[in-house]
Amino acid sequence: MFRYIVRRLLQMVLTFFGATFVVYALMFANIDDPLQALVGDRPLTDTQRSALNAQYHLNDGFFTQYWHYVSGLLTGDLGQSLTGRPIGDMLAQAWPVTMRLALLAIVIAAAVAVGAGVLSGLRRGGAFDTVTLVLTLLVLAMPIVVLAPLAQLVFGIQLGWFPPTATRDANLYQLLLPALVLGTLVVATELRVTRASVAENLRSDYVRTARAKGLAPKRVVGVHVLRNSLIPVVTLIGVDIGVLMSGAVVTEGVFNIPGVGFNLLRGIRTEDGPLVVSFVSVLVIVFLVINLIVDLLYAALDPRIRYE
Amino acid sequence: MSDPNAVVAAEAPSRTPRSLAGDAWLDLRTRKVFWIAAVLVVVVLLMAVWPSLFTSADPRDCLLARKNAGASGGAPFGYDFQGCDVYAKTVYGARDSILVGVTATLIAGLIGLVVGLLAGYFGRWVDALLSRFVDLVLAIPFILGAIVLARRLSSDPESDGVFAVIVTLGVLGWTTAARVMRSAVISAKNQDYVAAARMLGASPARLMLRHILPNAISPFIVVLTVLLGINIAGEATLSYLGVGLKGDSISWGLAIAEAGPYARTVAAPLVWPSVFLAATVLAFIMLGDAIRDAFDPKLR
Amino acid sequence: MTDITAQMDALPGMDPRAPLLHVDDLHVEFRTRDGVARAVNGVNLWLNPGETLAVLGESGCGKSVTAQAIMGILDTPPGHVTAGRVLYRGVDLLRLPENERRKVRANRIAMIFQDALSALNPVYTVGFQLAELFRVHRGASRREAKRRAVDLLDQVRIPDARRRVDDYPHQFSGGMRQRVMIAMALALDPEVLIADEPTTALDVTVQAQIMSLLADLQRQRNMGLILITHDMGVVADVADRIAVMYAGKVVEDAPVYDIYAHPAHAYTKALLESIPRLDHKGQPLNVIRGLPPALTDIPSGCAFHPRCAYAREICRLEPPPSYQIAPQRVTSCHFVREVLGV
Ligand SMILES: Nc1ncnc2c1ncn2[C@@H]1O[C@H](COP(=O)(O)OP(=O)(O)OP(=O)(O)O)[C@@H](O)[C@H]1O
Ligand code: SF4
Ligand SMILES: [Mg+2]
Repeated sequence: MFRYIVRRLLQMVLTFFGATFVVYALMFANIDDPLQALVGDRPLTDTQRSALNAQYHLNDGFFTQYWHYVSGLLTGDLGQSLTGRPIGDMLAQAWPVTMRLALLAIVIAAAVAVGAGVLSGLRRGGAFDTVTLVLTLLVLAMPIVVLAPLAQLVFGIQLGWFPPTATRDANLYQLLLPALVLGTLVVATELRVTRASVAENLRSDYVRTARAKGLAPKRVVGVHVLRNSLIPVVTLIGVDIGVLMSGAVVTEGVFNIPGVGFNLLRGIRTEDGPLVVSFVSVLVIVFLVINLIVDLLYAALDPRIRYE
Repeated sequence: MSDPNAVVAAEAPSRTPRSLAGDAWLDLRTRKVFWIAAVLVVVVLLMAVWPSLFTSADPRDCLLARKNAGASGGAPFGYDFQGCDVYAKTVYGARDSILVGVTATLIAGLIGLVVGLLAGYFGRWVDALLSRFVDLVLAIPFILGAIVLARRLSSDPESDGVFAVIVTLGVLGWTTAARVMRSAVISAKNQDYVAAARMLGASPARLMLRHILPNAISPFIVVLTVLLGINIAGEATLSYLGVGLKGDSISWGLAIAEAGPYARTVAAPLVWPSVFLAATVLAFIMLGDAIRDAFDPKLR
Repeated sequence: MTDITAQMDALPGMDPRAPLLHVDDLHVEFRTRDGVARAVNGVNLWLNPGETLAVLGESGCGKSVTAQAIMGILDTPPGHVTAGRVLYRGVDLLRLPENERRKVRANRIAMIFQDALSALNPVYTVGFQLAELFRVHRGASRREAKRRAVDLLDQVRIPDARRRVDDYPHQFSGGMRQRVMIAMALALDPEVLIADEPTTALDVTVQAQIMSLLADLQRQRNMGLILITHDMGVVADVADRIAVMYAGKVVEDAPVYDIYAHPAHAYTKALLESIPRLDHKGQPLNVIRGLPPALTDIPSGCAFHPRCAYAREICRLEPPPSYQIAPQRVTSCHFVREVLGV
């Protein structure tokens, strides 16, 4: 286990530098006037110019710039947005809201996916399975830009079942509909993977052994099928976080939830380059860390990985 | 009847040799899902190529006087907050969606094809290197990479953003295609006839083109079909976020973004582009599913 | 916890004097997309306490399916028992309600599988998987169950059992894993043990160790053992009787010695002639010509006729009846006499 953790940590450090380098290069490499690029179409005053220069060291060589950027990220010094607010503060304020939203979405999605996926997998070809498959197909085809505004329109405005927008404190009730929308983004794949792996495990030799041991079907499924079937689902969570992030940008925008995605979206629309770069970088790091955690969880669930 | 070969001989004619693709087509023809998807795809393609077939109205002919007007004879979906014909706008929205989707998918497919072929065929360090590269691309959540890249590419205020979106989706979307190609190549490579061809001295390029590619191509096509749907959704998302198509472009994503704040007053301008977008994406995903099932009935 | 043995004895129809296990005219089919595969077509078997019955036959002839049907662990769907009886001490297991039948498994009839690596659950320790039996069937406490798991590992001669009980299946060698499998099967002292190719996946020296372990344990416990295999060598060493299967039927059933000395079915004879023998060195092997039939399309009459050197017109038209040719010998071949050479 220890060697596994160390190896994964080393991998993550490498990926961190690779990924941040890519982000930074995409943003600044080989560009005539990087300052102007940061602020888009806005006019740039001389004071702003020098402030931005101090922040991004744009007169230095590219690798030096990158180094300053990475050390800023690592020390938590994210600089200022074009509005003059410290980006670190904005992030600190927005973060808890997004966490709440994402957790709620993950819990809802996981509960539905595992519950329905197991049922479908146990009775493949049955009525429940057929209906679920059609539903997941429909859901898979719903881009977030369709899902979020329509859900708000139908359930928030027309039916009035949920608050259509959130207030500054974004309480759980206000987050429920957005979380459902977000959860929908990942529920279909999770469900399909659960279903497939339950169906596969049901046919496995060790399940046959379990039945030969005279165990009741409930125990065969609950103890022997479930744990094994959850392994691939857990690995999916890592990928899903990435999907949730993109979903959060749109969803928070639509439902007016003052989280990370909302700020990022506003940054994009107001062409606030520094804010966009910092937020994206931090999210990439979060994504990496969560994937590391998921891998460790994976190892905890599957001893074959642990003892490699 | 003591000839032991009689049984074998009697069996042979029932197994007429058919190609894999031929089998798959026979199977496809019987699937309802395939036909639904195919019809949807054809309609959308027609819309993209020949929008005036569907509407005689001009989507850019907007009159504030008609603002938020309901459905009428000429405009079955009514008018939006700027007084544009929603139906016409939605029909014309297909063009850029399809253009961006198809081109981006071709780019992604090409990158995926090359990377997957090289990694799968040469293995060893080439594979290790390319696989790490794939990991790196996957380490950046798609939307975040897309935001940065599309912003950078579309920084020229004159551009309509089409080029930027195509490159963004193409450059970030090839990883699955590469992975599928790689594993298909690896399994094809280990088959006897490829090993035989290699021993007979066929060059790597010839081996890949003549022997490996044709066998690896069907899972690859499935991935690309689904990716086309995903890219169309991706275009809409980027346009919605403000880093995609710009200004007076007509796009479903833009239409949804514009209509959102007014949905309380008039829902049609939000609903119809959404429906068209979802149906298009659905059509490509269903098409991919159906093709996959046809090629590999075991999967179901 | 209630005494499971008492419950079982109370089963209606249970007769201590009845044969230990009697499989009577068992039929199993698999209903798949490609048609109905009739994997078992009227199998008859019987087994007495302390006896070893070897079941022989080419790959795909229905050996494993028969075993699974006896255990009641067929994959359903696609597998269905369509006719026949499985009598354990006179009780037809196929007619037993599922919750009663569950108590027969592992308690009375247990099974060992070919590939122990895939037959053991990879995500639980072997200790957990052994202890589970005592916890579920005997209501043992966690600690008690674990103690008995260690005992069992000792009995199947796994060194350092106390420590290894907390290891996962993939940490054991192939032979050790098969010992764990055996321990699991013997945990609840079954009267019948079905071993489905228990040594096929192992290398030769380990095979011999496992077989002698099985034989010892069987003797100690006076168990009936059904040994499924295609290894004629193993059979000669350990079996009392042999049942030869072809296309889902038992075609010949006889004491080991008799079968080797005078096979009474053309298929058995061909099978024996196809194994290399030291005393026939240098002579060409008689490999059976042709392939086993597809189960979706079993030849009419005697299923072996397309490959049989003795076959005549009647073999294609009429399924051969069972002939009792000696007290313990049954064979179904139209031309027994010719095959026996009498
Ligand atoms: N789960 C299943 N689904 C469909 N068909 C099956 C299934 N299990 C077995 N069969 C069919 O039953 C036939 C007999 O299989 P079985 O496993 O009993 O053979 P076997 O005699 O044990 O062969 P081997 O020596 O290879 O283990 C197979 O050829 C297969 O067609
Ligand atoms: S019945 Fe006929 S075909 Fe069958 S084994 Fe005997 S001789 Fe051969
Ligand atoms: Mg078998």
